[in-house]
Amino acid sequence: MNARRPYIRPMTRWYLRDPFFIEYMAHEGTAVFVWLFALELLAGLVCLALGEAAWNGFLAWLGWLPARLANGLILLMLLYHGITWFLILPRTIPPVRVGHARVPGWVLSGAGMLAMVAASAALAVGAAWLAQGGL
Amino acid sequence: MKDSLKRSHEPVFWLLFGAGGMLAALAGAMLVFLLAFGVPAGLLPAGALSYASMHALATHVLGKGALFAVVALFFWHAVHRIFHSLHDIGIHATLRARLLVYGSAAAGTLVAAWALLALGF
Repeated sequence: MNARRPYIRPMTRWYLRDPFFIEYMAHEGTAVFVWLFALELLAGLVCLALGEAAWNGFLAWLGWLPARLANGLILLMLLYHGITWFLILPRTIPPVRVGHARVPGWVLSGAGMLAMVAASAALAVGAAWLAQGGL
Repeated sequence: MKDSLKRSHEPVFWLLFGAGGMLAALAGAMLVFLLAFGVPAGLLPAGALSYASMHALATHVLGKGALFAVVALFFWHAVHRIFHSLHDIGIHATLRARLLVYGSAAAGTLVAAWALLALGF
């Protein structure tokens, strides 16, 4: 037995102690869903390489209710990843200066989110164009 | 040379994490939506995900490059973040944990490259 009986601050479930920590763990946790989506895309690529029957199997899987629910959750988590990625952007990149003035954080976050909207719109238009037989 | 002065390989993984995170932030949500809900929601026509149109995408050089970038970078982004969160949830980041976590991204990258090469040009 240690005679000093030092106080050791308990660290169990520290991330539930403060809303800031909860949000931190939530945005770090989106990585699990990014990983799952990468795995889903990889499965699709492998099915595509194996031929038409395998690809149709992948499409059937996408239509399966549990897969739809999982994809709904992945969609929400990727939205949350995108929004939080740009919210913390002013703290994760070096200071951006125009002339001598430092660009305020909300401008960087706002520009990032606008870029997210623009990229999403471009992707949707591109997918519709591809479906019409472009490429 | 002192151990602490050795060059770290962390910047490489951090760069992959950053690139994947930016790509996922910009395009990830829309990619999930298009793949899983684009046709049912009526945004895309019925045959949008047909074998013919997806095969055309994956055999075109630009489509192939984009698919590889998305799959590989999403994996490397995710594993870097997951690995650095292990400590936060009380798991000691051993070499075995590192190999297991980063290994999944390496394996995913190799399989994606194989599938895309097997599809041909």
